[in-house]
Amino acid sequence: MWGHYLQSLMASLPFFFKGLGVTVQVAGLSLTIGTVCGFALGIARAGRVRAVDLALSAYLDLIRGTPFLVQLFIIFFILPEWGVHLDAFASAVLSLSVYGTAYICEIVYGALQGVGPGQKEAAAASGLTWLQQMRYVVVPQALRPILPPLVGQYVLLIKDTAVVSVIGLTDVTRVGWLTVQRIPNGILVFGLVGLMYFLICYPLVWVSNRLETRLTVEESSL
Amino acid sequence: MLETFNFRVIWATMPQFLHGLGATAWISLAALVGAMLVGIVACVMRLSGRRLLIVPAVAFIEIIRSTPLLAQLYFFYFGLPALGLRATETQTGIMALALNSGAYVAEIIRAGVMSIPRGQTEAAVASGLNLLQRLRYVILPQAIGVSIPALLGQMIVLVKDSALLALISVFELTRAGQLMASERFMPAEGFFTTAVLYLLLYFVLKYASGQWQKRLIFRPAGGL
Repeated sequence: MWGHYLQSLMASLPFFFKGLGVTVQVAGLSLTIGTVCGFALGIARAGRVRAVDLALSAYLDLIRGTPFLVQLFIIFFILPEWGVHLDAFASAVLSLSVYGTAYICEIVYGALQGVGPGQKEAAAASGLTWLQQMRYVVVPQALRPILPPLVGQYVLLIKDTAVVSVIGLTDVTRVGWLTVQRIPNGILVFGLVGLMYFLICYPLVWVSNRLETRLTVEESSL
Repeated sequence: MLETFNFRVIWATMPQFLHGLGATAWISLAALVGAMLVGIVACVMRLSGRRLLIVPAVAFIEIIRSTPLLAQLYFFYFGLPALGLRATETQTGIMALALNSGAYVAEIIRAGVMSIPRGQTEAAVASGLNLLQRLRYVILPQAIGVSIPALLGQMIVLVKDSALLALISVFELTRAGQLMASERFMPAEGFFTTAVLYLLLYFVLKYASGQWQKRLIFRPAGGL
């Protein structure tokens, strides 16, 4: 029985690769948007303007306090009620971007806080404007500590793209869900789905772990 | 938008939402207890220094961390029957959540264990405690103590992750919102109420985590 299922599963392998393509597209787009917006908001938050700070922390709590699934449902089912019509792909990318931006913003902000105050004071004393201080002094120094958690966050976001399969986007998880109706063996079907995510995510997990150890070793040898 | 928002219906269906909130809370709590057990076992195996134990523990942790929870949930939901095992949706869901979070809890506790000075272990060895006694009386109590803020953070993650159980038709908070959307065609009322109740749980847990962190910081040095 298992051999027979495995055979039909191998026959539908092209569908899984198609689904993987959709997963990569959604993840790539939303990660790019999330990184750009996350850096912008993280830097804005470091500016310590009270109104910006309040608005951003409300946004961060809203995103971090609710499940991504609920955010996705709100964007997919409720925006049309207010006259904004998005298809499944656009809804998926939008919700993942809004979601990812919040977490990346926190990482960027945290790393910017880690740059010593003397650096900023020296930059200010050299006559650099706030934007120049950020651009030439603070952000470049913060990039190294940002990198390991950022890559880790990418892994989490790539995994979260699986959730968008529930609004009908045919990513690799939905291909698995459709296939399991035909080949009723979840171990094989979702084993294959898991393997595909593993092939994308594990190298990133590895890179993130490596970056982290390298940083700690260098710091502790100081 | 607000003029069409039907608060009366939200009020009328509140018992259902509160029921869902309760279900989310106890499912997350049950999964956290399971995750602690899985996490402690995986962490101890990983730090045991024996290859035969380290390899399966690392494989488990890395596989869980590199695949989506939803795929793991479907793996068990559609996979257990293929193995001839019967479990309710709730049992399957809690198991998937516990295994998933267990991998993260293992890493959290490992960080806690690493933060304990070596002298503690050496002193315990010198007192003649064996490995299990060292874990039980010296290492784990301290490691779990410093890990509590991170574990509460994991509880927040669990509360949010448990939303996925709605997709295998477990009745919990997200499912309550879904039912409102599908039975009464009121997605806005349904999902906003759901979101607000999740936020409630989130703020309670966030506050608790902050309080514990303060306790840790103000604890006298060397008082472990």
